[in-house]
Amino acid sequence: MNSMLKYILQRVLLMIFTAFFIMTMLFVFVKLIPDPVTCAPGTTSCQSEIAWRKALGYDKPLLVQYWMYLVALFTKGTFGVGFKMYALQPVVDTVNSKLAPTMFVNFFALLIAIPVGLGFGIFSALKKNKWEDQVISVLVMLVISVPSFVYAFLLQYFFVVYGGGIWKATGVVNATTFAELFDWDVFVSYIPPILCLCLGTIAGLTRFTRAELTEVLTSDFMLLARAKGLTRAQATVRHALRNAMVPIFPMILGEFIGIIGGSLIIEQFFSIPGIGKLYLQSINSVDYNFFMYLSMFYVVIGLASGLVIDLSYGMVDPRIRMGAK
Amino acid sequence: MSMVNQMAKDRDIVSSSDYVLSAQDTKFVQSNSELSDTKFETKQMSFFHDAFRRFAQNKGSVVAGIIILFLLAFSLIVPAVSGQDVVNNEPYYAECLPKNPLFAGTGFWDGTKKVDAPIQQYISYQEKGQLVSGTKRDKDTTNLNSYYTCRYDTYIKGYAYQSFDEETYNALVAYDKTVEAKRRILFPLVDYTTYCETAFTNSFTRDQVEGWYKQNAYASFKVGANKQPLYVLDSSGDAILNADGTFELERIYLKDSFGNYVYSDRTGEAGAYSYACRINFDNYYIKTHGHAPLFILGSDTNGKDLMTRLAIGGRVSLLLGITVSVINFILGAIYGAIEGYYGGVVDLVMERISEILAEVPTTIIFVLFNWYLRNKIPTIVLLFFAFIFVGWLGTAATVRMQFYRFKNQEYVLAARTLGASDARLIVKHIFPNSLGTVVTSSVLMIPGVIFSESSLSYLQIIDLSSSGMTSIGTMLSEAQGAYTTNPNLIIWPALFISLLMICFNMFGNGLRDAFNPTLRGAEE
Repeated sequence: MNSMLKYILQRVLLMIFTAFFIMTMLFVFVKLIPDPVTCAPGTTSCQSEIAWRKALGYDKPLLVQYWMYLVALFTKGTFGVGFKMYALQPVVDTVNSKLAPTMFVNFFALLIAIPVGLGFGIFSALKKNKWEDQVISVLVMLVISVPSFVYAFLLQYFFVVYGGGIWKATGVVNATTFAELFDWDVFVSYIPPILCLCLGTIAGLTRFTRAELTEVLTSDFMLLARAKGLTRAQATVRHALRNAMVPIFPMILGEFIGIIGGSLIIEQFFSIPGIGKLYLQSINSVDYNFFMYLSMFYVVIGLASGLVIDLSYGMVDPRIRMGAK
Repeated sequence: MSMVNQMAKDRDIVSSSDYVLSAQDTKFVQSNSELSDTKFETKQMSFFHDAFRRFAQNKGSVVAGIIILFLLAFSLIVPAVSGQDVVNNEPYYAECLPKNPLFAGTGFWDGTKKVDAPIQQYISYQEKGQLVSGTKRDKDTTNLNSYYTCRYDTYIKGYAYQSFDEETYNALVAYDKTVEAKRRILFPLVDYTTYCETAFTNSFTRDQVEGWYKQNAYASFKVGANKQPLYVLDSSGDAILNADGTFELERIYLKDSFGNYVYSDRTGEAGAYSYACRINFDNYYIKTHGHAPLFILGSDTNGKDLMTRLAIGGRVSLLLGITVSVINFILGAIYGAIEGYYGGVVDLVMERISEILAEVPTTIIFVLFNWYLRNKIPTIVLLFFAFIFVGWLGTAATVRMQFYRFKNQEYVLAARTLGASDARLIVKHIFPNSLGTVVTSSVLMIPGVIFSESSLSYLQIIDLSSSGMTSIGTMLSEAQGAYTTNPNLIIWPALFISLLMICFNMFGNGLRDAFNPTLRGAEE
C-alpha cells in the first residue's frame, strides 16, 4: 500500500510538472504574438483600450507578466479576464457558465454508448467470424473511418428533412443552464448531437471489447471452466467477461473524464453553446486568456484521464501491482 | 552506457596494429570436407516478398488500394482538364445541379430540377427561359392559385446588369447584329423613372423586370377582392397588363428622342466611357467562354465547379497525407533508433522531450503555427510543418521499442563481434525488424492526417483558400447553410472524403495483417 501511495504521488507530481511546463511554453508563445492596438486615424476610440491594456499590465516585460499571471493563479485562482471577447469578464466564470451544455451532450452520449458498445462487442466476440460479427465489423470500420462531421451531416439532414419540422438545420435550441437543458423541447433538439457523439464511442468500444474478449475466450482457463461443467453462458459471464474488463474498464473511466472536454466538431456543427465553441471563438479572435485557460483545461483533462486510466488498472485487477518495477 | 564504452574499447584492441591478420593467416576449416546437410528444396522467400504475397490475397485491401489510385488520378487529372479553377468564380451560376451533356433531356443528371411551384414561380421560370416542362397540377380554372409541376434548368439565369468599357461594348453590339434574336446579349434598358415602383430596387426584380411585372399581375389577381385583375400600373396610371391578359411590356423600355430602345447607360469621360447594360447572362457567358456553363457535379454556393474543388481538395489531402507520413517515417525512425540503441541518459532525455510533446493537444500546435506563420508562408506549408512537429512521436516510440527488444539478442552480438559498426548494426541488423510495423503505422497515419486537415478546415481554424487552394472540410463547412435544400453540395465532398478514409484504413489494415508473421498460414 505504501509503494502504491508513493507511485500515485510520483505520478501526480510528474503530471503537475508537465502541466506547468506546457503552461509556461504556451504563455510565452501566446504572448509573443504581435497584437498592436489598431487606431483608426483621427479617432480616440482606442485610447480606452490602451488604458486598460496598461491597467492589466500588458505593457510590462514578458517575465513580469508571467509572474503576475502565476501570482493571480495561485493566490486568487483566477486566469485573467477576457480580452477580445467577453471583454474584462473573468475567464473562469465564463468558461464555467458554458460547461453545462458540453457536459449534457457528452453525458448522454456516453450513457447510450457504453451499454450499446459493450453489448455489440460481446455479441460479435461470441459470434466470431459468423455473419453477425462481420456485419458489425464492417459497420464499426465505417464509423471509425468516416469523419464525424460527415455523418453529422447525414444525421442532421434526416432529422431536418424527415423530422416533421421539429429539428432545425441551424442546430440546437439555445440553452446554457442544466435547468433549461432538461426542458423537453431543448432535450429533443439535442438528440442529433447526442447520437452523433455516441456513434464514435460505440464503434471504438465495440472494436476494443471484441478484441479483448476474443483473446480471453481462446485462453486455456476458459477450456478448464467448460471442462469442469460450466455452461457457455456461465463461463463467459464469470470468467471471460471479468478478465476482458481489465483493460475495458479503465478505458470507460477515461471517457468519463473526457465528458467535460467535449468535441469541437460536434459543438461547432450543431452550434451548441459549450466549451468547444468558446475555444474556437478564442482561437479565431486571438484572445490570450481564454485560449490559455481553455488550452490548459484540455491539457489537464488529458493528463488526468491518463493518470486515472493507469491507476484504475491496479484497482480492477489485483494482479497488476502499481509502482512495481 | 558502460556497455557501449566497453565495446568501443574492444574495437580499439581489434583494430590496433598488433593484431592485423593477413589472408595467409586464415583458411577455411571445411574447404575440402564434404558437407552432409541438404539444400533447401523450396524457393527462398524474403519477408517482404511473403508480406506482399499475403497482402495480394486480401481482396478488400487490394480493392481499397485500387480505389485510392483512382481517387489520386481523379485529383491529378480533373483540374487540368476541367478548365475551371477554385479562385475565380461566377456567382451567377451558384448552386447549379450536376449536368452531363450525354444525359441531356432525360431528366437525370442534366442540370434540371423538378419542383412544385405556384403560378408566380412558374411564370418566373418561363420568363427567364428556365422552364423545361410544366404541367398544371390542379384544375383551378381561374389560374389564380394553380400549382405547376415543373422541371426547370438550373443553368439558365436570365438577365443581369453589367458595365463594359467602350471596346467591349462595341464588340457586343457588333456580335448582336450577327446572331439570331434569341442569342442576343444586349437588351433594352428599363425606364425606371417612369415605370419603376419603390420596391423595384433589389437585383432580382431589376434584372428580371418582365417576369416581375407578370408575376405581380397574378399576385394582384389573387389579392383583388372581386377576383378581378388589378392591373399592374405604372406611376402615370397606365396599365401594363391589358384586360384580356396580354402585356404591353414594350412600354416599360427606355426610349430615346427618336423612339428607339436604349441599350446602354453611358457614363464617364470621353475615351474612358463606361456602358451599363442589361444583358442576357447566359448568352454573354456563351460568347465569352465559347460554350455554355457545364458543371459535371454541379456548382457550389459561389458558383465554383464542385468537381474541380473536390479534386483540388483531394490533392491537398493526398499531398499532405503522403508527404507527412513519409517525413514522419524518416524522422521517427532516426529518433527512435538513437533512443533505443544508445539507451541510458540519451534515452532518458529524449523520452522526456517526446513525452511532453505528446501531452500537448494537437489543436494547440496548429493554432500556434497558424497565428505565427499564416501571413508568412502558404497555408499548406504551414500545415505540413505543424503535422511534422508532433507526427513522428508514434513512429519513434515503435522503433524505440523494437530496438530495446532486439539490441541485446545473440545475432546482434554476433554481428558486433564480427566488427559491425553502430551505424551498420542500427540500419542493417536491428531496424529491419521494425520495418513492418512502422510501414503499417505510416500508412495508417495518412487517413489521420487527412482527417485532421479536413477537420481543421471545417472548423475554419486554418484557411487554405488564401493560397488558391481548397479543402474538403472547407467545402463541407460552406455547404452547411444550404445543404437541406440542395444536398448536392455535401454529397460529393462527403462521399470523397469517406471513400478516401475508408480505403486508406482498409489498405493499412491489410498491410498490418500482411506484415504480422503470427498470422502467417492462418488464412490458407
